[in-house]
Amino acid sequence: MTGVRLKSLIRHKRSKEVEAQKTMTLGKISIGAGRVRRALGLSFNGALASVLTFAAPAMAQDAAAPSAGSYTPMKPTPGIGMPVDGGINLQQQFSPTGEYGEWLHHGLLWICLIISLFVLALLAIVIVRFNRRANPVPSKTSHNTVLEVVWTLAPVLILIGIAVPSIDLIAKQYKPAPKTALTVKVTGNQWFWTYGYPDNGDFEVISNMLNIPGQPVVNNGVREVGSKPWDGPSHLEVDNRMVVPVGEPIRLQITATDVIHSFAVPSLWFKLDAVPGRINEKVLFIEKPGVYYGQCSELCGAKHGYMPIAVEALPRDKYNAWVLTHAGAEIDGQKKPAPSASGAAESAAAPAAAPAPGSSEAPASEAPAGEATAEAE
Amino acid sequence: MATTADHFQAHPEDHGHHAEHKPAFFARWFMSTNHKDIGTMYLIFAIFAGIIGGAFSGMMRVELNEPGIQYLDTFARWFGAVNPDFNTTLHTWNVLITAHGLIMVFFMVMPAIIGGFGNWFVPIMIGAPDMAFPRMNNISFWLTVAGFCSLLCSAFVPGGTGNGAGTGWTVYAPLSTSGSPGPAVDFGIFALHLAGAGSIMGAINFITTIFNMRAPGMTIHKMPLFVWSVLVTAFLLLLSLPVLAAAITMLLTDRNFGTTFFDASGGGDPVLYQHLFWFFGHPEVYIMILPGFGIISQIISTFSKKPVFGYLGMAYAMVAIGVVGFIVWAHHMYATGLSVNTKMYFTAATMVIAVPTGVKIFSWIATMWGGSVEFKSPMVWAMGFIFLFTVGGVTGVYLANGGIDDVVHDTYFVVAHFHYVLSLGAVTALFAGFYYWFPKMSGRMHSEFLSHVHFWIFFVGVNMIFFPMHFLGLQGMPRRYPDYAEAYTHWNHIATVGYMVMAFSLVIWFINIIYAFTAGKKVGDNYWGEGATTLEWTLSSPPPYHQFETLPVIGETVHH
Repeated sequence: MTGVRLKSLIRHKRSKEVEAQKTMTLGKISIGAGRVRRALGLSFNGALASVLTFAAPAMAQDAAAPSAGSYTPMKPTPGIGMPVDGGINLQQQFSPTGEYGEWLHHGLLWICLIISLFVLALLAIVIVRFNRRANPVPSKTSHNTVLEVVWTLAPVLILIGIAVPSIDLIAKQYKPAPKTALTVKVTGNQWFWTYGYPDNGDFEVISNMLNIPGQPVVNNGVREVGSKPWDGPSHLEVDNRMVVPVGEPIRLQITATDVIHSFAVPSLWFKLDAVPGRINEKVLFIEKPGVYYGQCSELCGAKHGYMPIAVEALPRDKYNAWVLTHAGAEIDGQKKPAPSASGAAESAAAPAAAPAPGSSEAPASEAPAGEATAEAE
Repeated sequence: MATTADHFQAHPEDHGHHAEHKPAFFARWFMSTNHKDIGTMYLIFAIFAGIIGGAFSGMMRVELNEPGIQYLDTFARWFGAVNPDFNTTLHTWNVLITAHGLIMVFFMVMPAIIGGFGNWFVPIMIGAPDMAFPRMNNISFWLTVAGFCSLLCSAFVPGGTGNGAGTGWTVYAPLSTSGSPGPAVDFGIFALHLAGAGSIMGAINFITTIFNMRAPGMTIHKMPLFVWSVLVTAFLLLLSLPVLAAAITMLLTDRNFGTTFFDASGGGDPVLYQHLFWFFGHPEVYIMILPGFGIISQIISTFSKKPVFGYLGMAYAMVAIGVVGFIVWAHHMYATGLSVNTKMYFTAATMVIAVPTGVKIFSWIATMWGGSVEFKSPMVWAMGFIFLFTVGGVTGVYLANGGIDDVVHDTYFVVAHFHYVLSLGAVTALFAGFYYWFPKMSGRMHSEFLSHVHFWIFFVGVNMIFFPMHFLGLQGMPRRYPDYAEAYTHWNHIATVGYMVMAFSLVIWFINIIYAFTAGKKVGDNYWGEGATTLEWTLSSPPPYHQFETLPVIGETVHH
C-alpha cells in the first residue's frame, strides 16, 4: 500500500477505469509567476534521515551517505524520444502499448496504401481502355449484383480484420495501474506543466520550456536551451523534467487549472487531455531509461506551442536519488513508521492527517473493478 | 429527353415584353426571389470569402516556412495591435487558424456547394420553376453575409491576449469562455448563429422543394443523384445545426450571463461542450462533402456517356452515410478521457462509414468502366476527386481507431486527413462543378486548356502542401502551433512551397474566368453532348429568368 500523503488541497481520487471523473472541486494551485523550484537541496533534517532508516534495503547505502539525494539530468539520445530531421515515420516506441500500436499502425498503413493504389490502378485502366477513341460505343450496364455484393462485403471483412486488434489495443490501454503503482499528478497550466508526486512526499515540479536563442523570451527567469550539456532539442527541452522510474507502471493523473491542455508523449504512445475540473487517469510504462519529449496537444491560448513535456525515465535507485533532492521528499512504497517510533516521523505524518478524513487512504483501497491489481504492466 | 428547350422556357412573348422581365437592379440583387440569382450571389460570395480564408492560410504557411517566429509580429499589427508583446503576437496565430477554419467551412464550402450549386440546379433538375420558399431563400443568403460580417468584425476587437477570437473553429470551452475575455468570441458566436440560421432555413427550403415540387413523372427514385445529395445534406443540416446553436448559446451565456454549463467550479463540464459541438461537427463534415458526391456523380455519368452504376446503391449509400454520421461524433474526442466502452463503440461505428463510402467510389469507377470517356476538364477534376478523396478517406479509417488516435490526435496527421477530404475533396468537387456548370450559368465557354492547366498545377500544389503533413503528424508535430522543433523544418518548407504552387493555380483560374467573360464562345443548351441527360441541359445557357412555367413531364426512360 503506497502511502498517499496529502499536503495540498488537491484530492487524488483513484478511478476504477478512466471513468470516475465527476466534477472535482479542485483548489487552485497557487503558483507564483516565475517561482521555480530547483532540484537542489542536499539539506536533510534529522527527521528525514530517520525516516530513511525504514527505507528498503536498496536505499540503505544512500541513507548512509549524508548527500543521499543527487541528480544530474540525463543527456537525451538524438532521435530517441524526439522527432528526427525529415522523418516520415512514427517516433520509435518505448512502451508496451506503443509497440502494439506501432504494429497496428504498420498494418493500417499497408491497407491504406493498397486501397489507394488499387483505386489509382482502376482509374488508369479506365483512362487507357475506355477513352473515347479506344471505346467509341459506351455500354449500357448499370447493374451487377455480384459486384455490388463483393464491394460491400470485402470492405466489411477488411474492417473487421482491422477492428479486432484495434479494440484489443484500446482494452490494453485501459488496463489500470496496479494498486501499488507510483502515482504522478500532471497539471496543465497556461503555459507550463506542473508535476506532483503525492507518493513521494507531495512535492511539486514546475516545468517550463527553455527559452530559444534569438527568439523573444517565452518564460522569464528561465535559461536558454543549449546552455547545459544535457539539453535536448529547442522547443522541446524544459528546465525541470518529469522524472519517473523506468520499467514500472506509473499511474498518471492528469488535470488542468485553467483551460483544456493535453499531455502527450509520442514515443510513449501517450496522450490524454488535461481538463479543468476533471482528473483523467492512465497508465504509463516506460521500457528503457531515457528522455522522452512531447508537446501540449490541445489549443490553450497564446503559448500553446511553448509548453513542452520532457519525461526522464531513470532506474529505480537513480529515481529515488532524484526524489530525495526535493524538500520533504520520501521514497514511495516504504512502510510508514508506527506513530510512537519517532516523534519526527509523527510530525512528518501529521500534516497528512489534517485534510478531510478518508480522502487519503480510501482511494488507495478502491481497487479497479474486476482487475487483478497485483499484476504489473 | 424528347423535348426541346423551347418547351420549358417561359416565352418572352407571353409577357408582352421584348425581353425577359427581370426586376430592376436593387430589387433584383438585394430583394431576390430567384433561385438562379441567389445561387449566383452565393457563388460570388463564396469566392470572395475563400480568397480571404485562403489568404489567412497563406499567412500561416509563410510563418511556418521556418522554425521561429518571423512574420507573426507584422500580422499582429495588421489586425490593429500597436507594439504587440509576444503574447499578443502569438494570439494572432490562434486568430488566423480560427478564422481560416470558420471562413472555409461556413463561408466558402457550404455557401458554394449548397447555396450556390444547390440553389442553381436542384429546382431545374427536378423540373421546378423555383424553390418552395423563394423569399426565405434570399433571407438565407443575406443572413450568411451578415454572419461573415460579424466574423470579420471579431478580428478587430479584443478576444484574449490580443484582438480576435483565438479558440480554433471548434471554440472549445473553457478557452472560449473564461480563457477569451473581450467581445471577439461573442462576435464569432453571433456569426455562427446567423450563418446557422441561414443554413437551417435553406435546409427547410430544399426539403420542401424536393419533396413537393418534382415535376410529374419525376419520382424520388428518378431524380438525379445531385438532388439526392442535397436532400440528405438538408436533413443533416436541419437536425445538427440546432445542436450547434444550443452549444454556442451556452457558451454565450457562460461568457456573459453567469451560467456555468462548461465550468466545473459551477457544476458544469468542459467535455459537455465537446459532445454538443461534435454532435453537430461530424454531420457538418458530411454536409460539406455529400453535395460534392452528387456533383461527381453527374459529371462522371455525363462524360462516360453512361448512367451512374447502381443508382439505388448510390442514393442509399448517401442516406447511410448521413444516418451513421450522426452516431460517431466522439471520434473527435478520443483523447478527452472517454470510458473504455465508449471509445470502443465509437471506433467500431466510425469504421462502418467506410462501407457506404467505398460503395460510392467503386460505383463511380464502374460507371466509367465500359463507358466512352471524354476527358474534358470537369471529368479530369472528377477523376482527381476520386483518387484524392480515397487517399483522404483511408486516412480517416486509420484515425477511426481510438487506440491509434492516441498518438496522432491533434497532430498534423489529422490536419492532413481533413484537408485531403476537404481541400482535395470538397474543393476539387467544387472546381469540377464549376467547370461543368459555369458555361450553363454564364452562357460563355471557358478555356478548356486553361482548366486543364489549372487542374494539374492545383493537383501538384495541394499534394505538396498536405501529403508531407502525414509525416509531420506521425513524427509528433502538434497542430495549431506557430512554431516547431527544428526536426520538422524539411516538410514544413515543402508544404509552404506547395502553397505557392497552389496559389498560382488559382491565378490561372481567375484568368480563365476573365477569358470566358471577354472572349469565351457563347454556348447552347447542351454543350457537353449526349451524356448530359439531366434537365438543365434542355434549357438555354444561361437559362431563362423563369423556367418550367409549364412543367415538363418526365418519361419512362430517365437517365440520371
